[in-house]
Amino acid sequence: MSDNGPVQTRSPVLTVRRVDAYHAITVVAPQIAERFRSGQFLSVGVGGEHSGMLLRRPFAIHDVKPDYGGTVEFLFAVRGPGTAWLAERRSQDLLDVVGPLGRPFPLPRDPVNCLLVGGGSGAAPLFPLAHALRRRGCRVDFVLGASSADRVFSAISARRIAETATFTTDDGSFGVRGRVTDALERVAADARSDVVYACGPMPMLGRVAGAAGRLDLPAQVAVEEAMGCGTGLCMSCVVPVVGEDGFTRMARACVDGPVFRAERVRFDDVGTIPFDALGAPGWKPWSDDPGAEGAPEREAG
Amino acid sequence: MRTRLAGLELDNPIMAAAGCAGTGRELARFFDIARLGAVATKSVTLEPRAGRPAPRMSESPSGMVGAVGLQGPGIEVFLQRDLPWLQSQGGTAVVSVAGSGPDEYADVARRLTAAAGAAMIEVNLSCPDPAAQGRDFADVPAEAARVVRAVRGAAEDGVPVFAKLAADAADPVALAEACVEAGADGLSMVNCLRGMAVDPVTLRPAPAGGVGGVSGPAIRPIAVGCVYRTRAALPEVPLIGMGGVQTGADALEFLAAGASAVAVGTMNFADPSACVRILRELQQLLEERGVDRVGDVVGAAHRPTGAAVPGR
Repeated sequence: MSDNGPVQTRSPVLTVRRVDAYHAITVVAPQIAERFRSGQFLSVGVGGEHSGMLLRRPFAIHDVKPDYGGTVEFLFAVRGPGTAWLAERRSQDLLDVVGPLGRPFPLPRDPVNCLLVGGGSGAAPLFPLAHALRRRGCRVDFVLGASSADRVFSAISARRIAETATFTTDDGSFGVRGRVTDALERVAADARSDVVYACGPMPMLGRVAGAAGRLDLPAQVAVEEAMGCGTGLCMSCVVPVVGEDGFTRMARACVDGPVFRAERVRFDDVGTIPFDALGAPGWKPWSDDPGAEGAPEREAG
Repeated sequence: MRTRLAGLELDNPIMAAAGCAGTGRELARFFDIARLGAVATKSVTLEPRAGRPAPRMSESPSGMVGAVGLQGPGIEVFLQRDLPWLQSQGGTAVVSVAGSGPDEYADVARRLTAAAGAAMIEVNLSCPDPAAQGRDFADVPAEAARVVRAVRGAAEDGVPVFAKLAADAADPVALAEACVEAGADGLSMVNCLRGMAVDPVTLRPAPAGGVGGVSGPAIRPIAVGCVYRTRAALPEVPLIGMGGVQTGADALEFLAAGASAVAVGTMNFADPSACVRILRELQQLLEERGVDRVGDVVGAAHRPTGAAVPGR
């Protein structure tokens, strides 16, 4: 119950709007707006009080405004009955919101050149990050990709905030044909990037991690994994992550992440229990190190 | 609001259920966990366990199918990190224990009681028995009894041992009787029921582990039925009721069916404040009826027709 932990609120909807192929809902949630740091997310109860849809839906926070009593905007695509219900909300409807959840992006101490890489709606958390980095005097360059033009999220704001904004689409309908990683190395060289921040689908994050590794750039990634609760209780959103001690643990994306150092995430093993993960069948117990734990050490930067 | 469970007195009858409350730490960000009657921890095993691969969960009508596979750090880390923390918060710790055989269960229970701090041991019998392909200890009353006997023998006398049973046993009442016979001081009913979901796109099991556990309001009538039948057969045995408790009225239903305490499980995922909300709602319902002792409503559903209804 600390002052910077998550809170649960019944928040009135301010606006529901279409953003490209997505929906965005702004809710009045001053306590969440106050505590929010970029990279964090919130979870929303769907379907109303007597709904048979039990599990909360997690969403990236896209924008936070301290005015109007403190508002938070989150982005989503309609994928099932829960998000369809959300898309039908109207101004002044109440939503059960919990947030801010998860570990935020660590920000550099000094003004450095930051390359922000996003895929589809996964780009949403990069916008508050870009603003935070700009406030610290950092140079910001964007590479945003998606399957097609209408799924490239908020190209106009990206152009406005960043020094340069490069777009890629799988079908070539907007920007460069190809994947974000095709453009990443060139942009990183042109912009003399010092650090990479990325958010999007897991396969894309894996490729970004590989590219950052080849360029010898530190990278922070916000991972996507299916969540049941968002608060660390249900243990469903696990990702194999290597701890500082070299041991792999099944880390919860919701509370141990969603932001991890890219080289610590075992992208090739996502969706599996690596044989050498702590407590996996191939893992050898040791008796003299009780410090080995189920969750990775919290590390910054 | 006090209630008794085999010598253990709780401030109130609302608990957080094992596997749905972490080690208390996650919920403590939303409310003071000392306000709950007790917090049941995730099942503790001897060695660390990595659990099953993701995805581990699938939403089902009024519930979910989960297949986590007992991921946890093992008893040593639990004793060094989690149990002392729970105690420092003033929480009453019900420690759920799991294992791959009676010896492992007993080993965990022994270390637990040696370290002190556990107010109760709950034996999670819905664990696969390596000796029987695909079968849980709870599927065979004699195997469940072997586990309970081992834990009861290893745990200190002052610490109550409760056996946690699933409703999909062939005969839940016979299973309950076998566990009590083997030394269980009480019973926790019910664990999730076996079930699964198939992803409509990939046509593969939705939780990657295949068969998992169904929980949530969808199983509540089954759970209430189990508590009711067990109470009728074993009226002296204290019961903790659980299974899809969503509101204070649901908790009252379990109490009336014969449970002396009620644990909140899956609702903690849906609403991190569920436990304190349900406690408040139950308190209000009892006040409205003019009932000031929880014991007055426990087992009320078993009273003969025409008998005085508590608070009415």
